[in-house]
Amino acid sequence: MNDKVFRTTLLAAALVMPIVCGGVILSLTTDASEALSHFGFFEFLFSDEWSYTPGNEHYGALPFITGTLLTTLLALLFCIPFSLPVSLFVGEYFKGTRMAEVLSTVTDLLAGIPSIIYGLWGFYTLRPLIMELGISPQGSGILTAALVLAIMIVPYAASLSAEFIKMVPADLKEGAYSLGATRAEVVRYVVFPVAGSGIFSSYILAIGRALGETMTVTMLIGNTNQMPGSLVDTGNTMASIIANQFGEADGLRLSSLIAIALMLFLITAIINMIGKFLIKRARIV
Amino acid sequence: MKKLNVFLFGAIMMFALISCKNTKKTTEEGRDAVELSGAGATFPLPFYNVIFENFSNENGDVVAYGGIGSGGGVRNLRDEIVDFSGSDAYLSDKEMAEMPAVIHVPTCMGAVVLAYNLPGVAELNLSGGVVADIFAGNIRKWNDPRIQDLNKEINLPNAEIIPVFRSDGSGTTFVFTDYLSKVSEHWKSTYGAGKSVNFPIGQAAKGNPGVAGVIAQTAHSIGYVGSEYAFAQGIPYASLMNVNGEIVKPTAESISAAASGEIPADTRTSITNSSATGAYPISCFTWIIIYKEQKYAKRSEEQAQATLDLLQYFLSDQAQQITSEVHYAPLPQKAVELSLRNLQGVTFNGKPLTHE
Repeated sequence: MNDKVFRTTLLAAALVMPIVCGGVILSLTTDASEALSHFGFFEFLFSDEWSYTPGNEHYGALPFITGTLLTTLLALLFCIPFSLPVSLFVGEYFKGTRMAEVLSTVTDLLAGIPSIIYGLWGFYTLRPLIMELGISPQGSGILTAALVLAIMIVPYAASLSAEFIKMVPADLKEGAYSLGATRAEVVRYVVFPVAGSGIFSSYILAIGRALGETMTVTMLIGNTNQMPGSLVDTGNTMASIIANQFGEADGLRLSSLIAIALMLFLITAIINMIGKFLIKRARIV
Repeated sequence: MKKLNVFLFGAIMMFALISCKNTKKTTEEGRDAVELSGAGATFPLPFYNVIFENFSNENGDVVAYGGIGSGGGVRNLRDEIVDFSGSDAYLSDKEMAEMPAVIHVPTCMGAVVLAYNLPGVAELNLSGGVVADIFAGNIRKWNDPRIQDLNKEINLPNAEIIPVFRSDGSGTTFVFTDYLSKVSEHWKSTYGAGKSVNFPIGQAAKGNPGVAGVIAQTAHSIGYVGSEYAFAQGIPYASLMNVNGEIVKPTAESISAAASGEIPADTRTSITNSSATGAYPISCFTWIIIYKEQKYAKRSEEQAQATLDLLQYFLSDQAQQITSEVHYAPLPQKAVELSLRNLQGVTFNGKPLTHE
């Protein structure tokens, strides 16, 4: 009897999540349909015009998709040289030592800092530095946002990759040592090939985090709706345009913003699915 | 035992809640105190908060106001879920035609000021045409002869101008671009006036704090900020040349002066680029909009009366004196008289409501 009650409760609780997720998709699709049918799906996707002119409104998602992809990829690029050494340090070279423990705790701590703090740091510290170095006169832009994003995703990439590196079987590594391999060679020829897909998937999940980041990006990217012409140009990401304009938007613009939200949802879902798939494969190896 | 304790605690809480709800207050006039709700413009929010608190202390009615933006406020009024809505822009004839008769009541005045960051420059003079060309990207350098001509006694740097504008839709943007459309034919035909405008150059930030923050941190930038925010924060802002060729600094007096000219009976008018003497040219009213017929969506007569009392309180000398304390400007006497007359027309179920 008790078991039955327990099962039913569990089932009900577990069902909540798919229902919420389904509801999100349903309401995004219905509210986005006005914009998508007005402009046409591909026209909306590939138009770089975001113009409010009354009577001749035109909304296209391309500048924001570009902004999102640029900031995310740049952030990933900047994050690798910091996160990969941390994960090797914690997972292989100093595995199990006090030092590694401290390092991994500190890295994990970075993940707990609220994004507004990163945003403020970027705004008051990094942005003036960029202006002073003459990289861009206005300081805000894709590059500034990507640099701060990179720091934000380091802990996600580093701690998960470290786990996969730790999981590399010791007998494989010992075998390599007994053949006379140096530590660097073990990392290069044993650890990376074995943990490779796991490490890759941890970066995919870090990307998922960078894609949806809103607050920090809004504070640093400059919030202009034109196509960014260079990396120091100002721009907008899919998340930041929604954060900026949702409040006062109505009609076609509201629907366009929701269509962007739908696309962001889909992109994030696909990336997370790829990550999950690769983790599964890594476990089998 | 433990269970009993929990039960007792719950029962006491329930009782406390119920008794809370039952204590009915009465107002000075003897009717039941009610709770009013409004939503809309964020620009007058600091002023409204003071007024609502004073009103509730004096009259007993409680007012809740959500600063969700002018557009949202009007939408809420149209959906009949609020008692009043605050708006920085008056309703157009077309919008008026789409809903039952409404009354616009101006509550206070404000302005949009041009905040700038020029190291070593304490006073800056600008004119409408110059501002329009800066934001249109036609004037790119601070030492452009057109800016230098207005500021003969200072040496402007040979630096690129960085315009800063609002990334969110805003009444402040509307007032600013409404002014630019009046002073520049090029601005009017290319960009026009609106709560969101396709600014061709510069960078954007969210809200007055966002714009002011970017300007404070960025040398050689210029942007537009609500006067209430700039005054309260002590940000450097420019003086502007008005229609009469006077260089005017935005102050409570020069903002009020902008409305000293003719005002239409329903007070729906834009006072940017005012031709009045001593007027700061980017001044604006902010309105509270209510339905003329107050019986809608199950509202009680008490609620209708409280709404009217609130608006009359806004127009009283007592409330208008507070405006400049919280960095706004008082309404000119003419606007107060017109509004009091307009409020005479407010009815509940066809019957006029009582006036003080």
